[in-house]
Amino acid sequence: MAEKRIVLGNCGAYEPQNIETYLARGGFKGFVKARDKMKPKAIVDEVKKSGLTGRGGAGFDCGLKWELARNARAKKKYLICNADEGEVGTFKDKYILSKDPFGLIEGMCIAGLAIGAQEAYIYLRAEYHFLNDTLCYAITQVKEKGFLKHMDIHVFEGAGAYICGEESALMDSIEGKRGESRYKPPYPPTRGLWNMPTIINNVETLMNVPHITANGAAWFSAMGTVRSKGTKVFSVSGDVKKPGVYELEMGSSLKELVVDLAGAEDIKAVQIGGSTGNILPASLLDTPLSYETYLGSGAVVVFNTGRDIIDIVGNNMHFLSEESCGKCTPCREGTEVMMEIFGRLRGLEGAQGDINALEDLAKTMAVASLCGLGQAAAVPVLDSLKYFRDEYIDRIDQSLFLRSYLGGEMSKPREGIR
Amino acid sequence: MGKETSSISNGRAELLPLLKRELSKNGYLSKEVMSGVAEQTGLPLNEVYGVATFYAYLPVSKTGKNVIKVCGSVPCDLKDAQAVIGSIQKELGIAPGEATADGKFSFELVSCIGACDQAPAMVINDQLYGNLTPERIAEILKSY
Repeated sequence: MAEKRIVLGNCGAYEPQNIETYLARGGFKGFVKARDKMKPKAIVDEVKKSGLTGRGGAGFDCGLKWELARNARAKKKYLICNADEGEVGTFKDKYILSKDPFGLIEGMCIAGLAIGAQEAYIYLRAEYHFLNDTLCYAITQVKEKGFLKHMDIHVFEGAGAYICGEESALMDSIEGKRGESRYKPPYPPTRGLWNMPTIINNVETLMNVPHITANGAAWFSAMGTVRSKGTKVFSVSGDVKKPGVYELEMGSSLKELVVDLAGAEDIKAVQIGGSTGNILPASLLDTPLSYETYLGSGAVVVFNTGRDIIDIVGNNMHFLSEESCGKCTPCREGTEVMMEIFGRLRGLEGAQGDINALEDLAKTMAVASLCGLGQAAAVPVLDSLKYFRDEYIDRIDQSLFLRSYLGGEMSKPREGIR
Repeated sequence: MGKETSSISNGRAELLPLLKRELSKNGYLSKEVMSGVAEQTGLPLNEVYGVATFYAYLPVSKTGKNVIKVCGSVPCDLKDAQAVIGSIQKELGIAPGEATADGKFSFELVSCIGACDQAPAMVINDQLYGNLTPERIAEILKSY
């Protein structure tokens, strides 16, 4: 099956510095229709009917979230576009922001009307600082065209913290605090930024909105599966011939993406959703990609048969322990202890009981962590234990053999281990 | 920025942008700079320090004039980021986390920078370098 470019439809088709070229392609038609012909409630209802879900990874019903904020009573409401794309293997939002800034701003303009927000932020990760000018210039042009009378949009730059992609940590970051996850409830649509009703949507989610208002909910919900409507944008990297950004209808198979489009060969496993994503063996390449199965942020990293799964999962755990905000104990200590175990396994210093320890720890972290980072941190660990358990057993056996052979003098881990 | 009623939230809202502005002037956030920011925002110094040290891109100790950030996350690691790291180490004679004696470069390993389609990748100051090979490092560093 070929790509289906809806969200990416305007990427590369106009000049990101020039709003006229966007308008010439039918830009802001969705906004004008929403503004002139629809009441805010009707916009929310249309998005609800479309079945659009959050594209950042959680997959929560977008219209439902908007309705909560719409119905909340407050002096002020906020809209935040989450452009803190920090997930390992994800670069789709960077692509979108650089090629189609007006599409995003149009989506924000409509979302602002729908929920009644007077102020909006684009939370841009520090690593994407080079996109700040593009976005600010686009906002200025949209304002000049008179499409932004109802709301101000600011670009707020992060300062290098993966956890700030988690919505409550992101709000704390804007408020000038350490970006630590909040206890929930209250949830952002009722009490978010500065304790006011707040909607936080991923870049890709907002990109879908103008298409939904322009073409209608029925058009959108005709694409996809029962619970995952529309398309999904994927970032594909790792052992593929053509790494890059691809957009497919929801429910397309993993094989279409990594083999047919990205040109992967000799696949051992694929990780879907970044550092906390599921790891599937090559035998499951026919799996459809949707929120019913596996999706996350759409990060897809391919590993060929020459790769060491323990190395990969260990590197992921290193990342997660670095990026854990440290507020709750299961995540802060759990990722640390897991990293220590992986460090030993990689250095051939494994011990009997390591597998049990990983599995026990995984259960605790999943139920007791405060936010998604800790809750999902062990997902790749458990998947790798499910599909590649032999590699763990071999590694531990090798460790035990080496230890007995060397008489207690243990081999040193390789240099620069991560 | 947010038009807030309370002066404290106002100061807080300005904290990250202020720290970033100071960073671009000084290269790092010294104790003096943070004290100044604390005064300006009405926040205690320990809070300013707490926020600054939370974020990877707000260094509180001196960095080199040019900061090299090499991505060490999985997609770059698969494409042999270790060899790139080794090459930088050889060229500059410093390990990750260190700065050269002349203060020209400092070098650190960072989490995913979103350039996985160009792995292995690194950033020097704000400039991205992708599809790196150990052989290209010397030439790139020479241009600074």
